[in-house]
Amino acid sequence: MDSIEAMYQENILDHYKNPRNAGKIDKASVHHHEYNPLCGDEIEMFLVIKDKKVADVKFHGRGCAISQASASMLTEEIKGKSIEDLKKLTKENILELLGISLSPVRLKCALLSLDTLKNSILIFEKYIKK
Amino acid sequence: MELNATFKMPSTKPLMDVEQIRKNFPILQRKVHNKPLVYFDNAATSQKPKQVIEAIGFYYKNYNANIHRSIHELGEEATEKYEEAHKKTADFINADSYQNIVFTKNTTESLNLLAYSLTAKLKKNDEIVVSQMEHHSNFVPWQQLAKQRGLRLKFIEIDKDGNLDKNSIKKNITKKTKIVSLTHISNVLGTINPVEKIAKIAHENGALMVVDGAQAAPHMPVDVKKLDADFYAFSGHKMLGPTGIGVLYGKKELLEEMQPFLYGGEMIREVRFDDTKFNDLPWKFEAGTMNIAEAIGLSAAIDYLNKIGMDNVQKHDRELVEYAMGQLKGIDGIKIYGPDERDAVISFNLGNIHAHDVAQVLDSEGVAIRAGHHCCMPLMSVLGVAATARASFYLYNTEKEIDVFVNALNKVNRVFA
Ligand SMILES: Cc1ncc(COP(=O)(O)O)c(C=O)c1O
Repeated sequence: MDSIEAMYQENILDHYKNPRNAGKIDKASVHHHEYNPLCGDEIEMFLVIKDKKVADVKFHGRGCAISQASASMLTEEIKGKSIEDLKKLTKENILELLGISLSPVRLKCALLSLDTLKNSILIFEKYIKK
Repeated sequence: MELNATFKMPSTKPLMDVEQIRKNFPILQRKVHNKPLVYFDNAATSQKPKQVIEAIGFYYKNYNANIHRSIHELGEEATEKYEEAHKKTADFINADSYQNIVFTKNTTESLNLLAYSLTAKLKKNDEIVVSQMEHHSNFVPWQQLAKQRGLRLKFIEIDKDGNLDKNSIKKNITKKTKIVSLTHISNVLGTINPVEKIAKIAHENGALMVVDGAQAAPHMPVDVKKLDADFYAFSGHKMLGPTGIGVLYGKKELLEEMQPFLYGGEMIREVRFDDTKFNDLPWKFEAGTMNIAEAIGLSAAIDYLNKIGMDNVQKHDRELVEYAMGQLKGIDGIKIYGPDERDAVISFNLGNIHAHDVAQVLDSEGVAIRAGHHCCMPLMSVLGVAATARASFYLYNTEKEIDVFVNALNKVNRVFA
Protein backbone atom coordinates (compact mmCIF):
# COMPACT_ATOMS: atom_id res chain seq x y z
CA MET A 1 0.00 0.00 0.00
CA ASP A 2 1.64 3.18 -1.12
CA SER A 3 -0.41 5.68 0.78
CA ILE A 4 -2.97 5.70 3.51
CA GLU A 5 -5.26 7.81 1.34
CA ALA A 6 -5.26 4.97 -1.20
CA MET A 7 -6.28 2.46 1.42
CA TYR A 8 -9.06 4.64 2.75
CA GLN A 9 -10.14 5.88 -0.67
CA GLU A 10 -13.52 7.49 -1.31
CA ASN A 11 -15.45 4.40 -2.24
CA ILE A 12 -14.27 2.37 0.75
CA LEU A 13 -15.13 5.13 3.19
CA ASP A 14 -18.43 5.63 1.41
CA HIS A 15 -19.36 1.97 1.81
CA TYR A 16 -18.17 2.03 5.42
CA LYS A 17 -20.21 5.08 6.35
CA ASN A 18 -23.25 4.25 4.21
CA PRO A 19 -23.32 0.47 4.04
CA ARG A 20 -25.50 -0.94 1.26
CA ASN A 21 -27.96 -3.69 2.19
CA ALA A 22 -27.62 -2.93 5.88
CA GLY A 23 -30.16 -4.58 8.14
CA LYS A 24 -31.78 -7.91 8.86
CA ILE A 25 -34.28 -10.10 7.06
CA ASP A 26 -36.84 -11.83 9.28
CA LYS A 27 -37.66 -14.62 6.86
CA ALA A 28 -34.25 -15.27 5.43
CA SER A 29 -33.54 -18.70 3.96
CA VAL A 30 -30.33 -18.73 5.95
CA HIS A 31 -28.49 -16.39 8.22
CA HIS A 32 -25.09 -16.77 9.73
CA HIS A 33 -22.80 -14.86 12.06
CA GLU A 34 -18.98 -14.76 11.83
CA TYR A 35 -16.66 -13.19 14.30
CA ASN A 36 -12.96 -12.40 14.13
CA PRO A 37 -11.79 -12.84 17.72
CA LEU A 38 -8.49 -11.10 17.05
CA CYS A 39 -10.02 -7.71 16.44
CA GLY A 40 -13.67 -8.15 17.30
CA ASP A 41 -14.96 -7.62 13.76
CA GLU A 42 -18.42 -9.09 13.36
CA ILE A 43 -20.69 -9.75 10.41
CA GLU A 44 -24.10 -11.35 10.31
CA MET A 45 -25.50 -12.09 6.87
CA PHE A 46 -29.09 -12.85 5.82
CA LEU A 47 -29.80 -14.50 2.48
CA VAL A 48 -33.12 -15.12 0.71
CA ILE A 49 -32.56 -17.86 -1.82
CA LYS A 50 -35.08 -18.56 -4.58
CA ASP A 51 -34.54 -20.83 -7.57
CA LYS A 52 -30.93 -21.32 -6.48
CA LYS A 53 -30.34 -17.59 -6.73
CA VAL A 54 -29.84 -14.81 -4.23
CA ALA A 55 -33.18 -13.01 -4.24
CA ASP A 56 -32.19 -10.72 -1.39
CA VAL A 57 -29.33 -10.16 1.00
CA LYS A 58 -28.72 -7.97 4.02
CA PHE A 59 -25.96 -7.80 6.58
CA HIS A 60 -25.25 -6.15 9.81
CA GLY A 61 -22.05 -5.95 11.73
CA ARG A 62 -19.44 -3.88 13.42
CA GLY A 63 -15.73 -3.54 12.97
CA CYS A 64 -13.09 -1.72 11.01
CA ALA A 65 -13.65 0.16 7.78
CA ILE A 66 -12.15 -2.61 5.67
CA SER A 67 -14.32 -5.39 7.09
CA GLN A 68 -17.56 -3.40 6.85
CA ALA A 69 -16.88 -1.88 3.42
CA SER A 70 -16.03 -5.28 2.01
CA ALA A 71 -19.30 -6.71 3.37
CA SER A 72 -21.25 -3.85 1.85
CA MET A 73 -19.59 -4.28 -1.54
CA LEU A 74 -19.98 -8.04 -1.47
CA THR A 75 -23.71 -7.89 -0.79
CA GLU A 76 -24.13 -5.55 -3.76
CA GLU A 77 -22.14 -7.89 -5.92
CA ILE A 78 -24.03 -11.10 -5.13
CA LYS A 79 -27.63 -10.00 -5.53
CA GLY A 80 -29.19 -12.03 -8.33
CA LYS A 81 -26.24 -14.37 -8.61
CA SER A 82 -26.62 -18.14 -8.47
CA ILE A 83 -25.38 -20.19 -5.57
CA GLU A 84 -22.92 -21.86 -7.89
CA ASP A 85 -21.46 -18.44 -8.75
CA LEU A 86 -21.09 -17.58 -5.08
CA LYS A 87 -19.13 -20.73 -4.44
CA LYS A 88 -16.58 -19.62 -6.97
CA LEU A 89 -15.85 -16.30 -5.27
CA THR A 90 -12.25 -15.97 -4.09
CA LYS A 91 -10.06 -13.67 -2.11
CA GLU A 92 -9.01 -12.03 -5.38
CA ASN A 93 -12.62 -11.07 -6.12
CA ILE A 94 -12.85 -9.30 -2.79
CA LEU A 95 -9.60 -7.44 -3.35
CA GLU A 96 -10.86 -6.45 -6.79
CA LEU A 97 -14.04 -5.07 -5.28
CA LEU A 98 -12.05 -3.10 -2.73
CA GLY A 99 -9.52 -2.04 -5.33
CA ILE A 100 -6.57 -2.15 -2.94
CA SER A 101 -3.89 -4.54 -1.77
CA LEU A 102 -3.67 -5.44 1.91
CA SER A 103 -1.20 -6.74 4.46
CA PRO A 104 -1.88 -10.26 5.77
CA VAL A 105 -3.37 -8.90 9.01
CA ARG A 106 -5.79 -6.58 7.25
CA LEU A 107 -6.62 -9.29 4.71
CA LYS A 108 -8.40 -11.15 7.51
CA CYS A 109 -10.64 -8.10 7.98
CA ALA A 110 -11.40 -7.94 4.26
CA LEU A 111 -12.22 -11.63 4.00
CA LEU A 112 -14.56 -11.89 6.97
CA SER A 113 -17.59 -11.14 4.78
CA LEU A 114 -16.57 -13.78 2.24
CA ASP A 115 -16.19 -16.34 5.04
CA THR A 116 -19.61 -15.41 6.33
CA LEU A 117 -21.13 -15.83 2.88
CA LYS A 118 -19.42 -19.16 2.16
CA ASN A 119 -20.41 -20.58 5.53
CA SER A 120 -23.97 -19.37 5.03
CA ILE A 121 -24.12 -21.33 1.80
CA LEU A 122 -22.60 -24.40 3.37
CA ILE A 123 -25.20 -24.32 6.11
CA PHE A 124 -27.96 -23.70 3.60
CA GLU A 125 -26.96 -26.64 1.44
CA LYS A 126 -26.24 -29.03 4.25
CA TYR A 127 -29.08 -28.34 6.66
CA ILE A 128 -31.76 -26.17 5.12
CA LYS A 129 -32.25 -26.94 1.45
CA LYS A 130 -34.79 -29.69 1.00
CA MET B 1 39.29 -12.34 30.38
CA GLU B 2 36.67 -9.61 30.44
CA LEU B 3 33.48 -11.24 29.32
CA ASN B 4 31.39 -8.15 28.87
CA ALA B 5 31.76 -6.08 25.77
CA THR B 6 32.35 -2.59 27.06
CA PHE B 7 30.30 0.37 25.98
CA LYS B 8 30.00 3.88 27.14
CA MET B 9 26.93 4.02 29.26
CA PRO B 10 24.92 7.20 29.25
CA SER B 11 26.62 8.94 32.15
CA THR B 12 23.67 11.03 33.13
CA LYS B 13 22.46 9.77 36.47
CA PRO B 14 20.53 11.16 38.28
CA LEU B 15 18.93 12.98 35.36
CA MET B 16 18.14 11.00 32.26
CA ASP B 17 19.52 12.20 28.97
CA VAL B 18 17.03 10.69 26.57
CA GLU B 19 18.87 11.80 23.44
CA GLN B 20 21.95 9.97 24.71
CA ILE B 21 19.88 6.89 25.52
CA ARG B 22 18.29 6.89 22.07
CA LYS B 23 21.73 6.56 20.49
CA ASN B 24 22.08 3.17 22.18
CA PHE B 25 19.04 1.79 20.34
CA PRO B 26 19.96 1.09 16.72
CA ILE B 27 16.36 0.48 15.67
CA LEU B 28 15.35 4.01 16.57
CA GLN B 29 17.34 5.23 13.56
CA ARG B 30 14.95 3.39 11.31
CA LYS B 31 12.39 4.95 9.03
CA VAL B 32 8.91 3.51 8.58
CA HIS B 33 7.04 4.56 5.44
CA ASN B 34 9.71 7.23 5.07
CA LYS B 35 8.91 8.71 8.48
CA PRO B 36 11.04 8.41 11.61
CA LEU B 37 9.89 5.45 13.68
CA VAL B 38 7.86 6.43 16.73
CA TYR B 39 7.71 3.21 18.72
CA PHE B 40 4.76 3.25 21.12
CA ASP B 41 4.20 -0.49 21.43
CA ASN B 42 6.43 -1.00 24.43
CA ALA B 43 3.84 -2.84 26.49
CA ALA B 44 4.01 -5.60 23.86
CA THR B 45 7.79 -5.68 23.73
CA SER B 46 10.55 -3.14 24.20
CA GLN B 47 13.39 -2.34 21.84
CA LYS B 48 16.91 -3.47 22.70
CA PRO B 49 20.01 -1.36 23.29
CA LYS B 50 23.21 -2.37 21.54
CA GLN B 51 24.65 -3.32 24.95
CA VAL B 52 22.16 -6.18 25.06
CA ILE B 53 22.50 -7.16 21.42
CA GLU B 54 26.28 -7.19 21.71
CA ALA B 55 26.38 -9.14 24.97
CA ILE B 56 24.48 -11.95 23.26
CA GLY B 57 26.78 -11.82 20.22
CA PHE B 58 29.82 -11.75 22.49
CA TYR B 59 28.69 -14.90 24.26
CA TYR B 60 28.21 -16.80 21.01
CA LYS B 61 31.49 -15.54 19.59
CA ASN B 62 33.64 -16.08 22.65
CA TYR B 63 32.37 -18.50 25.28
CA ASN B 64 29.42 -20.45 23.95
CA ALA B 65 29.16 -23.71 25.91
CA ASN B 66 26.65 -25.69 27.89
CA ILE B 67 26.43 -24.81 31.55
CA HIS B 68 26.82 -26.76 34.77
CA ARG B 69 28.15 -29.90 33.09
CA SER B 70 31.29 -28.89 31.23
CA ILE B 71 34.69 -29.20 32.86
CA HIS B 72 36.41 -26.82 30.53
CA GLU B 73 37.16 -23.13 30.34
CA LEU B 74 34.29 -22.13 28.04
CA GLY B 75 31.80 -24.08 30.10
CA GLU B 76 33.03 -22.46 33.27
CA GLU B 77 32.80 -18.97 31.81
CA ALA B 78 29.29 -19.60 30.52
CA THR B 79 28.21 -21.11 33.85
CA GLU B 80 29.59 -18.14 35.74
CA LYS B 81 27.71 -15.65 33.54
CA TYR B 82 24.52 -17.68 33.67
CA GLU B 83 24.62 -17.84 37.44
CA GLU B 84 25.53 -14.18 37.65
CA ALA B 85 22.36 -13.42 35.69
CA HIS B 86 20.35 -15.01 38.52
CA LYS B 87 22.21 -12.93 41.05
CA LYS B 88 21.65 -9.67 39.15
CA THR B 89 17.99 -10.46 38.68
CA ALA B 90 17.67 -11.14 42.40
CA ASP B 91 19.27 -7.79 43.24
CA PHE B 92 17.10 -6.04 40.65
CA ILE B 93 13.93 -6.91 42.58
CA ASN B 94 15.57 -6.97 46.02
CA ALA B 95 15.32 -10.75 46.48
CA ASP B 96 17.59 -12.39 49.05
CA SER B 97 19.53 -14.64 46.76
CA TYR B 98 19.99 -16.17 43.31
CA GLN B 99 18.16 -19.17 44.78
CA ASN B 100 14.92 -17.23 44.67
CA ILE B 101 15.19 -16.71 40.91
CA VAL B 102 13.99 -19.31 38.40
CA PHE B 103 14.47 -18.65 34.72
CA THR B 104 11.69 -19.57 32.33
CA LYS B 105 10.91 -18.46 28.81
CA ASN B 106 8.46 -15.68 29.72
CA THR B 107 5.87 -14.49 32.21
CA THR B 108 3.38 -16.90 30.74
CA GLU B 109 5.56 -19.90 31.52
CA SER B 110 6.30 -18.58 35.01
CA LEU B 111 2.58 -18.32 35.72
CA ASN B 112 1.86 -21.74 34.24
CA LEU B 113 4.55 -23.24 36.43
CA LEU B 114 2.78 -21.76 39.45
CA ALA B 115 -0.69 -22.73 38.30
CA TYR B 116 0.35 -26.37 37.90
CA SER B 117 2.57 -26.65 40.95
CA LEU B 118 0.54 -24.65 43.45
CA THR B 119 -2.84 -26.12 42.61
CA ALA B 120 -1.54 -29.69 42.93
CA LYS B 121 -2.01 -29.53 46.70
CA LEU B 122 -5.38 -27.80 46.77
CA LYS B 123 -8.64 -29.46 47.64
CA LYS B 124 -11.93 -29.42 45.80
CA ASN B 125 -13.74 -26.07 46.12
CA ASP B 126 -10.65 -24.23 47.33
CA GLU B 127 -10.67 -20.75 45.84
CA ILE B 128 -8.32 -18.83 43.59
CA VAL B 129 -8.80 -15.08 43.18
CA VAL B 130 -7.74 -13.05 40.16
CA SER B 131 -9.06 -9.73 38.85
CA GLN B 132 -11.10 -8.66 35.85
CA MET B 133 -8.10 -6.84 34.39
CA GLU B 134 -5.77 -9.83 34.08
CA HIS B 135 -3.83 -10.65 30.95
CA HIS B 136 -4.87 -14.04 29.53
CA SER B 137 -1.60 -15.45 30.85
CA ASN B 138 -2.63 -14.72 34.44
CA PHE B 139 -6.12 -15.94 33.83
CA VAL B 140 -6.35 -18.91 31.48
CA PRO B 141 -3.86 -21.11 33.43
CA TRP B 142 -5.84 -20.62 36.68
CA GLN B 143 -9.16 -21.07 34.90
CA GLN B 144 -8.07 -24.32 33.27
CA LEU B 145 -6.41 -25.77 36.35
CA ALA B 146 -9.48 -24.82 38.37
CA LYS B 147 -11.61 -26.80 35.92
CA GLN B 148 -9.30 -29.80 36.00
CA ARG B 149 -9.00 -29.88 39.78
CA GLY B 150 -12.45 -28.77 40.85
CA LEU B 151 -11.33 -25.42 42.26
CA ARG B 152 -13.28 -22.16 42.23
CA LEU B 153 -12.01 -19.12 40.36
CA LYS B 154 -13.19 -15.72 41.59
CA PHE B 155 -12.78 -12.23 40.21
CA ILE B 156 -12.07 -8.92 41.85
CA GLU B 157 -14.14 -6.39 39.93
CA ILE B 158 -12.91 -3.05 38.65
CA ASP B 159 -14.67 0.24 39.34
CA LYS B 160 -15.62 2.79 36.71
CA ASP B 161 -12.18 4.43 36.82
CA GLY B 162 -10.42 1.15 36.14
CA ASN B 163 -9.12 0.60 39.67
CA LEU B 164 -9.78 -2.55 41.67
CA ASP B 165 -13.03 -2.17 43.55
CA LYS B 166 -12.29 -2.04 47.28
CA ASN B 167 -15.45 -3.86 48.33
CA SER B 168 -14.86 -6.52 45.76
CA ILE B 169 -11.38 -7.13 47.16
CA LYS B 170 -12.85 -7.67 50.61
CA LYS B 171 -15.69 -9.80 49.34
CA ASN B 172 -13.57 -12.15 47.26
CA ILE B 173 -10.51 -12.74 49.42
CA THR B 174 -11.70 -14.91 52.31
CA LYS B 175 -10.62 -17.85 54.40
CA LYS B 176 -11.53 -20.09 51.49
CA THR B 177 -8.95 -18.36 49.29
CA LYS B 178 -5.74 -20.27 48.75
CA ILE B 179 -4.13 -18.21 45.98
CA VAL B 180 -4.50 -14.57 44.95
CA SER B 181 -2.92 -13.80 41.59
CA LEU B 182 -2.89 -10.22 40.46
CA THR B 183 -1.24 -8.01 37.91
CA HIS B 184 0.99 -5.29 39.36
CA ILE B 185 0.28 -2.92 36.45
CA SER B 186 -2.51 -3.43 33.91
CA ASN B 187 -1.29 -3.71 30.33
CA VAL B 188 -4.53 -2.13 29.11
CA LEU B 189 -5.54 0.47 31.70
CA GLY B 190 -2.13 1.34 33.12
CA THR B 191 -3.63 0.89 36.60
CA ILE B 192 -1.00 0.45 39.30
CA ASN B 193 -2.52 -2.02 41.73
CA PRO B 194 -1.93 -1.77 45.51
CA VAL B 195 -0.16 -5.11 45.60
CA GLU B 196 1.36 -4.57 49.01
CA LYS B 197 -2.04 -4.01 50.62
CA ILE B 198 -3.60 -6.94 48.82
CA ALA B 199 -0.72 -9.23 49.77
CA LYS B 200 -1.43 -8.33 53.37
CA ILE B 201 -5.11 -9.21 53.00
CA ALA B 202 -4.19 -12.45 51.23
CA HIS B 203 -1.78 -13.43 53.98
CA GLU B 204 -4.26 -12.59 56.74
CA ASN B 205 -6.56 -15.08 55.10
CA GLY B 206 -3.85 -17.70 54.74
CA ALA B 207 -3.56 -17.36 50.95
CA LEU B 208 -0.49 -17.10 48.75
CA MET B 209 0.14 -13.88 46.82
CA VAL B 210 1.24 -14.23 43.20
CA VAL B 211 2.08 -11.07 41.25
CA ASP B 212 2.22 -10.70 37.46
CA GLY B 213 4.95 -8.10 37.12
CA ALA B 214 5.25 -8.16 33.33
CA GLN B 215 4.37 -4.47 33.04
CA ALA B 216 5.83 -3.32 36.35
CA ALA B 217 9.38 -4.71 36.39
CA PRO B 218 10.31 -2.72 33.25
CA HIS B 219 8.91 0.57 34.50
CA MET B 220 9.37 0.96 38.25
CA PRO B 221 11.61 -0.13 41.10
CA VAL B 222 10.28 -3.45 42.37
CA ASP B 223 10.98 -4.67 45.88
CA VAL B 224 9.54 -8.12 46.38
CA LYS B 225 10.24 -7.98 50.10
CA LYS B 226 8.43 -4.73 50.60
CA LEU B 227 5.50 -6.04 48.55
CA ASP B 228 5.70 -9.28 50.52
CA ALA B 229 4.86 -11.13 47.30
CA ASP B 230 5.20 -14.88 47.56
CA PHE B 231 5.83 -15.11 43.83
CA TYR B 232 6.61 -12.49 41.21
CA ALA B 233 6.72 -13.16 37.44
CA PHE B 234 8.07 -11.05 34.59
CA SER B 235 9.56 -11.16 31.07
CA GLY B 236 12.98 -10.04 29.86
CA HIS B 237 11.76 -8.86 26.48
CA LYS B 238 9.62 -6.06 27.89
CA MET B 239 12.57 -4.59 29.82
CA LEU B 240 15.20 -4.18 27.09
CA GLY B 241 16.23 -7.84 27.19
CA PRO B 242 15.82 -10.53 24.53
CA THR B 243 12.78 -12.72 23.96
CA GLY B 244 12.89 -16.23 25.38
CA ILE B 245 13.82 -15.34 28.96
CA GLY B 246 11.32 -14.97 31.77
CA VAL B 247 11.69 -14.81 35.51
CA LEU B 248 9.89 -16.42 38.40
CA TYR B 249 10.77 -15.12 41.84
CA GLY B 250 9.59 -17.21 44.76
CA LYS B 251 10.10 -17.26 48.51
CA LYS B 252 12.65 -19.92 49.27
CA GLU B 253 10.61 -22.04 51.64
CA LEU B 254 7.75 -22.08 49.15
CA LEU B 255 9.94 -23.01 46.19
CA GLU B 256 11.53 -25.71 48.27
CA GLU B 257 8.30 -27.47 49.03
CA MET B 258 6.91 -27.13 45.50
CA GLN B 259 7.01 -29.98 43.03
CA PRO B 260 8.99 -29.17 39.86
CA PHE B 261 6.97 -28.34 36.75
CA LEU B 262 9.36 -29.75 34.13
CA TYR B 263 11.38 -32.92 34.61
CA GLY B 264 14.59 -33.92 32.84
CA GLY B 265 18.28 -33.16 32.85
CA GLU B 266 19.97 -30.54 35.04
CA MET B 267 17.15 -30.38 37.53
CA ILE B 268 18.17 -33.62 39.22
CA ARG B 269 20.64 -34.50 41.94
CA GLU B 270 20.48 -38.26 41.73
CA VAL B 271 18.44 -40.54 39.53
CA ARG B 272 17.89 -44.18 40.35
CA PHE B 273 15.62 -46.59 38.54
CA ASP B 274 12.92 -46.20 41.13
CA ASP B 275 13.24 -42.58 42.22
CA THR B 276 14.88 -39.20 41.68
CA LYS B 277 16.27 -36.61 44.04
CA PHE B 278 15.87 -33.10 42.75
CA ASN B 279 18.58 -30.49 42.51
CA ASP B 280 18.95 -27.46 44.80
CA LEU B 281 17.16 -24.20 44.17
CA PRO B 282 16.78 -22.70 41.69
CA TRP B 283 18.06 -25.45 39.39
CA LYS B 284 15.35 -27.89 40.35
CA PHE B 285 12.97 -25.76 38.27
CA GLU B 286 15.31 -25.32 35.31
CA ALA B 287 15.10 -28.58 33.37
CA GLY B 288 17.17 -29.24 30.28
CA THR B 289 19.58 -26.90 28.52
CA MET B 290 18.40 -23.42 29.40
CA ASN B 291 18.27 -20.16 27.45
CA ILE B 292 21.85 -19.24 28.26
CA ALA B 293 22.35 -16.46 25.71
CA GLU B 294 19.03 -14.91 26.68
CA ALA B 295 19.92 -14.98 30.38
CA ILE B 296 23.16 -13.19 29.53
CA GLY B 297 21.15 -10.70 27.46
CA LEU B 298 18.82 -10.12 30.41
CA SER B 299 21.84 -9.52 32.60
CA ALA B 300 23.03 -6.82 30.21
CA ALA B 301 19.55 -5.27 30.16
CA ILE B 302 19.51 -5.13 33.96
CA ASP B 303 22.96 -3.50 33.93
CA TYR B 304 21.64 -0.93 31.51
CA LEU B 305 18.54 -0.16 33.57
CA ASN B 306 20.56 -0.01 36.79
CA LYS B 307 22.96 2.52 35.34
CA ILE B 308 20.06 4.78 34.45
CA GLY B 309 18.28 3.96 37.68
CA MET B 310 14.78 2.56 37.90
CA ASP B 311 13.67 5.65 39.82
CA ASN B 312 14.62 7.74 36.81
CA VAL B 313 12.96 5.36 34.39
CA GLN B 314 9.76 5.52 36.42
CA LYS B 315 9.87 9.30 36.66
CA HIS B 316 10.45 9.66 32.93
CA ASP B 317 7.67 7.24 32.01
CA ARG B 318 5.15 8.84 34.37
CA GLU B 319 6.01 12.33 33.10
CA LEU B 320 5.56 11.19 29.52
CA VAL B 321 2.21 9.58 30.22
CA GLU B 322 1.03 12.67 32.03
CA TYR B 323 2.08 14.85 29.10
CA ALA B 324 0.39 12.47 26.67
CA MET B 325 -2.86 12.41 28.70
CA GLY B 326 -2.92 16.20 28.60
CA GLN B 327 -2.36 16.36 24.85
CA LEU B 328 -4.80 13.57 24.04
CA LYS B 329 -7.67 15.15 25.92
CA GLY B 330 -7.87 17.83 23.22
CA ILE B 331 -8.54 15.35 20.42
CA ASP B 332 -12.03 15.17 18.99
CA GLY B 333 -14.02 12.11 20.01
CA ILE B 334 -11.28 10.45 22.07
CA LYS B 335 -12.25 8.11 24.88
CA ILE B 336 -9.47 7.08 27.23
CA TYR B 337 -9.86 3.99 29.43
CA GLY B 338 -8.43 3.67 32.91
CA PRO B 339 -7.50 5.90 35.82
CA ASP B 340 -5.75 9.29 35.68
CA GLU B 341 -2.92 8.08 37.83
CA ARG B 342 -1.32 5.38 35.77
CA ASP B 343 1.79 3.90 34.33
CA ALA B 344 2.99 4.46 30.75
CA VAL B 345 0.04 2.82 28.98
CA ILE B 346 -2.91 4.58 27.35
CA SER B 347 -5.79 2.65 25.80
CA PHE B 348 -8.30 4.67 23.85
CA ASN B 349 -10.84 4.76 21.08
CA LEU B 350 -11.51 7.55 18.65
CA GLY B 351 -15.24 8.07 18.13
CA ASN B 352 -16.65 5.09 16.27
CA ILE B 353 -13.49 4.51 14.31
CA HIS B 354 -12.26 0.96 14.79
CA ALA B 355 -8.92 0.59 16.55
CA HIS B 356 -7.51 -1.22 13.51
CA ASP B 357 -8.18 1.75 11.31
CA VAL B 358 -6.61 4.07 13.87
CA ALA B 359 -3.48 1.91 14.02
CA GLN B 360 -3.27 1.71 10.25
CA VAL B 361 -3.36 5.46 9.74
CA LEU B 362 -0.84 5.97 12.56
CA ASP B 363 1.45 3.40 10.94
CA SER B 364 1.44 5.44 7.77
CA GLU B 365 2.90 8.27 9.86
CA GLY B 366 5.58 5.99 11.33
CA VAL B 367 3.80 5.63 14.67
CA ALA B 368 3.62 2.04 15.96
CA ILE B 369 0.80 1.34 18.41
CA ARG B 370 -1.26 -1.72 19.22
CA ALA B 371 -4.90 -2.33 18.32
CA GLY B 372 -7.03 -5.18 19.56
CA HIS B 373 -8.00 -6.83 22.82
CA HIS B 374 -4.42 -6.93 24.19
CA CYS B 375 -4.91 -10.47 25.45
CA CYS B 376 -7.57 -9.19 27.87
CA MET B 377 -10.87 -10.33 26.39
CA PRO B 378 -12.64 -10.52 29.77
CA LEU B 379 -11.59 -6.92 30.49
CA MET B 380 -12.77 -5.79 27.05
CA SER B 381 -16.20 -7.18 27.83
CA VAL B 382 -16.26 -5.24 31.11
CA LEU B 383 -15.30 -2.08 29.22
CA GLY B 384 -18.00 -2.90 26.67
CA VAL B 385 -15.74 -2.67 23.64
CA ALA B 386 -14.40 -5.19 21.16
CA ALA B 387 -11.02 -3.54 20.88
CA THR B 388 -9.01 -0.50 21.86
CA ALA B 389 -6.00 1.28 20.45
CA ARG B 390 -3.08 1.36 22.88
CA ALA B 391 0.01 3.54 23.06
CA SER B 392 2.70 2.62 25.57
CA PHE B 393 5.92 4.46 26.32
CA TYR B 394 9.39 3.69 27.56
CA LEU B 395 12.63 5.33 28.51
CA TYR B 396 13.67 6.26 24.96
CA ASN B 397 10.39 7.99 24.06
CA THR B 398 10.07 11.76 24.01
CA GLU B 399 7.44 14.50 24.23
CA LYS B 400 8.26 15.36 20.64
CA GLU B 401 7.20 11.85 19.63
CA ILE B 402 3.94 12.33 21.50
CA ASP B 403 3.36 15.46 19.44
CA VAL B 404 3.86 13.42 16.25
CA PHE B 405 1.39 10.88 17.64
CA VAL B 406 -1.18 13.56 18.43
CA ASN B 407 -0.89 15.03 14.93
CA ALA B 408 -1.32 11.57 13.47
CA LEU B 409 -4.48 11.06 15.53
CA ASN B 410 -5.86 14.29 14.13
CA LYS B 411 -5.13 12.88 10.71
CA VAL B 412 -7.16 9.77 11.57
CA ASN B 413 -10.07 12.05 12.36
CA ARG B 414 -9.62 13.86 9.04
CA VAL B 415 -9.48 10.63 7.02
CA PHE B 416 -12.70 9.42 8.63
CA ALA B 417 -14.41 12.80 8.85
C1 LIG C 1 0.32 -7.84 32.32
C2 LIG C 1 0.93 -8.89 31.45
N1 LIG C 1 1.02 -10.14 31.90
C3 LIG C 1 1.58 -11.11 31.17
C4 LIG C 1 2.07 -10.88 29.90
C5 LIG C 1 2.64 -12.02 29.13
O1 LIG C 1 3.98 -11.85 28.88
P1 LIG C 1 4.74 -12.88 27.93
O2 LIG C 1 4.02 -12.85 26.61
O3 LIG C 1 6.12 -12.36 27.84
O4 LIG C 1 4.67 -14.22 28.57
C6 LIG C 1 1.99 -9.58 29.40
C7 LIG C 1 2.50 -9.23 28.07
O5 LIG C 1 2.05 -9.52 27.01
C8 LIG C 1 1.40 -8.58 30.18
O6 LIG C 1 1.30 -7.33 29.72
